[in-house]
Amino acid sequence: MQMSELDELYQELIMDHNRRPRNFRPIECPDREANGYNPFCGDTVTLYLKMDGADVADVAFQGSGCAISRASASMMTEAVKGKSGEEARQVFDAFHEMLTHPPDSEFEPDDALGDLEVLSGVSEFPTRIKCATLSWHALRSALDGGGETVKTE
Amino acid sequence: MSAAHISIDSDAIRRDFPILSRTVYGKPLVYLDNAATSHKPRGVIRALSDYYEGYNSNVHRGVHALSMEATDRFEEARSAVARFINAESPDEIIWTRNATEAINLVAHSWPQGNIEPGGEIVTTEMEHHSNLVPWQKVAADRGARLRFLPIADDGTLDLSGVDSIINERTRLLTIVHSSNSLGTINPVKELAAKARAVGAAVMIDGAQSVPHMPVDVQDLDCDFLTLSGHKMLGPTGIGALYAKRDALETMEPFLRGGEMVLSVTLEGATWNELPMRFEAGTPNIADAIGLGAAVEYLEAIGMDRVRQHEVELTGYALERFAELEEIDVFGPRDLSLRGGVVSFYASDIHPHDLGTFLDRRGIAVRTGHHCTMPVMGRLGVPATARASFYIYNTEDEVDLLVDALKDALRYFGNGPR
Repeated sequence: MQMSELDELYQELIMDHNRRPRNFRPIECPDREANGYNPFCGDTVTLYLKMDGADVADVAFQGSGCAISRASASMMTEAVKGKSGEEARQVFDAFHEMLTHPPDSEFEPDDALGDLEVLSGVSEFPTRIKCATLSWHALRSALDGGGETVKTE
Repeated sequence: MSAAHISIDSDAIRRDFPILSRTVYGKPLVYLDNAATSHKPRGVIRALSDYYEGYNSNVHRGVHALSMEATDRFEEARSAVARFINAESPDEIIWTRNATEAINLVAHSWPQGNIEPGGEIVTTEMEHHSNLVPWQKVAADRGARLRFLPIADDGTLDLSGVDSIINERTRLLTIVHSSNSLGTINPVKELAAKARAVGAAVMIDGAQSVPHMPVDVQDLDCDFLTLSGHKMLGPTGIGALYAKRDALETMEPFLRGGEMVLSVTLEGATWNELPMRFEAGTPNIADAIGLGAAVEYLEAIGMDRVRQHEVELTGYALERFAELEEIDVFGPRDLSLRGGVVSFYASDIHPHDLGTFLDRRGIAVRTGHHCTMPVMGRLGVPATARASFYIYNTEDEVDLLVDALKDALRYFGNGPR
């Protein structure tokens, strides 16, 4: 059975984060909280941030979504925990660039991405990019102060 | 009715649809998204090019040959739609862009003089957003109350409270004939009779029923019925509102401008005859003619046979889905209460992931809320995947779908590959 593009999308690590999402929990009395909603598929995410000065002391999420959105949120929490708000924004930018760079352009993955690179296959599935970026938009909103629900459309 | 027992020849029908011979990711297209839009037979596509190549012209006002030809074809298409749903007269068919616009036309033009503060509009919990959102606005603007017939656990309407929900305050019953997300076929004739008995008007959303089963507006005794051309083998951008002449005569125009007027002075205007009174501006001539060709194609097959084919195919699909323990199928099990729609949910796989998996096999299904977010809430799921059938679908395609679902359950289940 030829499933190469599909396997490219649903990498082993992504499936693992989908089945066992990390930091999939609420945070009591978070410093920041933001909601994300993807009207196209009904995915929702609530992102919680606990700050220690300028640093992300703890980050967690809840919500319902597809494998891509759940894995992306799970991996994001691991990637930004312990980083400064500024570093977390840089990871956001690198991640966003990885998924949305024009298909025929050169893309050099940023070292800051680490494991997140396994999500690069999503860029080949235009209808799924918003699944992967939903929680990230919620993160940026939370870093900005939170409040409004971010929408992907 | 004997024709209903002769199965249709899907192989012959498939040859009439050029798109069905294409491949997707190197695999034959298995198109199971007919509730979203249907494909077009060659005759419909040719009707469009014949118009543009042969007699492209504006309708109604011209004295030249092309305009007269275009007007004749355009009005023949209107007559074909009227005949198809057994309207008393073609004057009761108003062209619209789609079923949504048809509903909005009624919501805009009918409530004045018919819905007073405290009046009630009755609809159901299984409406497409197009038959819900316009009435929310009407209710808010007119101080009226929206009431809902609820959905029972089996996906049919719970009619236990119908006699209090439809009551002497009811001014309009507006109800979907066949649900796009559950497949449920509602007892619209019986409900229309209840609404009539209390003096209410009746509108039926026929977007998912007119393409798939015989629909007779005189038998249903409805005031309004909406239909969508592209869901019944016709082009996009064309739909129709059926409205009883008596209702139309009392309604204010929807859009104002050319075509809908009889005479105009600087101070005012008088309205044209029906149906033009409700068709301001140059209409969608080509696509109306295309829809006429689609109606003729369906008539040649016979709507009893179209319905029978989908009953058989849906029955087969429900049997095969029973092999998939991990997948919940929504909607009634009784095939007489069900259109050719199978909406399903696998608790371990998000519908969107399933849709992507099936897509890579060339299988087109729809995933999401199907513009029925309240139904998703009632089912307790964020979204469903939906396979929906039409005349060109086959049992082989159902097999391909079920086999692919089995693979998907393995793929997303205990570990990929």
